[in-house]
Amino acid sequence: MKQLMSGNEAIARGAYEAGVTVAAGYPGTPSTEILENAIKYKPDIYCEWAPNEKVAFEMAAGASCAGARSIVTMKHVGLNVAADPLMTLSYIGVEGGFVACVADDPGMHSSQNEQDTRNYARFAKIPIFEPADSQDAKDFVLLAMEISEKYQTPVILRSTTRVSHSRSLVEVGQRTVPKRDIGMEKNPPRFVPIPVWGRIMRQKVEKRLNLLREDAAKSNANRIERRDNALGIITSSMAYQYVREVWPEASVLKLGFSYPFPDSLIREFAGGVDRLLVVEELDDILEEHIKALGIECQGREYVSGIGELSTSRLQVSRALMEGRKTAAEKSPQFELPDRPPVLCPGCPHRGVFYALGKFDVVVAGDIGCYSLGALKPLDRMDIILCMGGGISLAHGFDKAGDPRKIVGVVGDSTFFHSGITGLLDITYNKGKSTIIVLDNRTTAMTGHQDHPGTGRTLMGEETVPISIQDVGKACGIKRVTTIDPYNLEDTLKVIEEETNAEEPSLIVSQAPCPLRKRQHVGPVRTIDAELCKKCNKCLKLGCPAIEGGEEIRINQFLCEGCGLCEQICPSNAIHPVNEEGKI
Amino acid sequence: MTGKETVSVVLVGVGGQGILLASEIIAKAAMLAGYKVKTNEVHGMAQRGGSVIAQIRYGSEVHSPLVTSGTARVMGALEHIEALRYADYLAPDGMAVVNAQSVIPVTVSMGAAKYPNNVAEMLKETFSKLIYINASKMAVELGNIKASNVVLVGTLSKGLDLPLDVWQEAVASCVPEKHRDLNLKAFETGRNFV
Repeated sequence: MKQLMSGNEAIARGAYEAGVTVAAGYPGTPSTEILENAIKYKPDIYCEWAPNEKVAFEMAAGASCAGARSIVTMKHVGLNVAADPLMTLSYIGVEGGFVACVADDPGMHSSQNEQDTRNYARFAKIPIFEPADSQDAKDFVLLAMEISEKYQTPVILRSTTRVSHSRSLVEVGQRTVPKRDIGMEKNPPRFVPIPVWGRIMRQKVEKRLNLLREDAAKSNANRIERRDNALGIITSSMAYQYVREVWPEASVLKLGFSYPFPDSLIREFAGGVDRLLVVEELDDILEEHIKALGIECQGREYVSGIGELSTSRLQVSRALMEGRKTAAEKSPQFELPDRPPVLCPGCPHRGVFYALGKFDVVVAGDIGCYSLGALKPLDRMDIILCMGGGISLAHGFDKAGDPRKIVGVVGDSTFFHSGITGLLDITYNKGKSTIIVLDNRTTAMTGHQDHPGTGRTLMGEETVPISIQDVGKACGIKRVTTIDPYNLEDTLKVIEEETNAEEPSLIVSQAPCPLRKRQHVGPVRTIDAELCKKCNKCLKLGCPAIEGGEEIRINQFLCEGCGLCEQICPSNAIHPVNEEGKI
Repeated sequence: MTGKETVSVVLVGVGGQGILLASEIIAKAAMLAGYKVKTNEVHGMAQRGGSVIAQIRYGSEVHSPLVTSGTARVMGALEHIEALRYADYLAPDGMAVVNAQSVIPVTVSMGAAKYPNNVAEMLKETFSKLIYINASKMAVELGNIKASNVVLVGTLSKGLDLPLDVWQEAVASCVPEKHRDLNLKAFETGRNFV
């Protein structure tokens, strides 16, 4: 019987059936659940969370060069971190199949940019597969493995938020492990890209591209669906599904193996239709190429490259093409309050951001749940760039001579990901920023994955927990302090001392994510309405459990009992619900 | 189900209210009834107490997992102003099952926005077929507020022509065994409300 699977589950299933034995990655929405599902196939598949995408990529590349079939998983921006090994693995090539499963986020549901991974395939001169549903996702992993081994090339499997997080039916199959001896072959001209050998590899890469182009044109992953020949649409990924609903009568060329562009297939399809439309999500990569082939087509005039596509948006595109007026977008009938994501009740980061609000400092932030500290009312993050960027940006403000004290804020997993090198830069180059690691003992935003500091591996084994404090000291930081972010007085005192120090310092704010621990931080709090003077101070915490309005009250179902509100209430109106404490 | 129509359902609410489980149950029921099914849900940043939507589509053929606005046959809302926020998804004759539950957004608490005080009227004005239900209260009475989502699924199951036994099987197979009885009761309570 077919199973209902998300795209990410299906990718993991594909890896299992393809005989993958090594899988590595770094968590990132919307890619995270690929490895979380791959681990269900242990011990057949060895899975690990690496400290970052570059390391994961290299680790999986090593496994593949030693002969194992391997996958590496990451979100789109993760491939920027892994771009260095990607570009040269293309030259060296692989032995066992190697597929980089990369998930884009059109619409920026949970990302800081909207980059299109298809550009990387062309950039690195390697093939890319684009599944349009979960069945494709599983099938394409198997196809990608075959192509990878046939041409000794790394391959990218590009998913998107909607492919990864939509469920659809999948026919599952058996696992087949290809017969191959594991062992790194001694053959430096094959594996060492010093110029003398690298230049030969460079030639091979171009020859390989030409062969791959022929393969793509014949591949089952690319399919012409002939219907009415008045309009032909070339499309890929989830956009294919929207096209089928909005233009049910149109002929379609569905590209699953989309780079190298299958030119002969594109020509064949274009030759059989009166008008050609390209529908692609994000960049106009296909459209540009098809135009460069000298084939007349339209795309960007009707289909925007900004944001994610949908059937509703494509209905507007269709109306535009047909010169019909579209119904004006309905303005909402009522004015409703916005409901942006917020730091959860009981979040240990809240105390640090609240405390930082008491100081005239510049705060460079980073990627994680704590990005939400930028929102009102906490409003205590001035810039975010990329993973680990908070630490190095802070150093930049410092060296530019910003007159204020400088603070960099980074999460625990992000610290291990790419924060350590920034810290080294600060000590080596005599900076004096204060770096705060918001250590909640997990990779929280992506759903609580382990990392080098947690003492546990993805395989479920105990391991050495790396101490952030010790790493800080090893990086040359002399002032290392640990704070409990639920203790506001102490947090304020330490931030004051450390930001005033004339040398760099590291503050580790340590408290586990209550969502992960699945238990209250402390006793649930309540507000004594008679004592409450409605000064609204507690509302400055931005805690979703504290509901403002005519009367301020604490939602007993949401409160995690962190006690911050009790500490800042000037009227002593907030106290535990009962003396015994925990509910 | 009539002919080749694809049935669309949207579930809306606030991150953490249990929308994913509700979505899983509906998808499972449709699958057990022999339909092709696609669903979509939101992960990551959007889950942190923000406004969330899950979408389920089933029929003899389903392409897009996303629901086109104005086409959903049923909407289930675990928070009542979220029903208003996503009202456009519902077909003109679609059925809205709305939980009479307010979750106050931080924007309201800090005084940047107002939470409407006449939600019931706004809902009546917006939806021609409205079932306004206190699923949270019913769940509390059954012993666990977390079962509100399953109560809601029970009620909205009346708007979808899937047989009762597949619903029960879907509920039973989607929840942990120790919560099975509670959730089956929650489903029944919701279904009998109409």
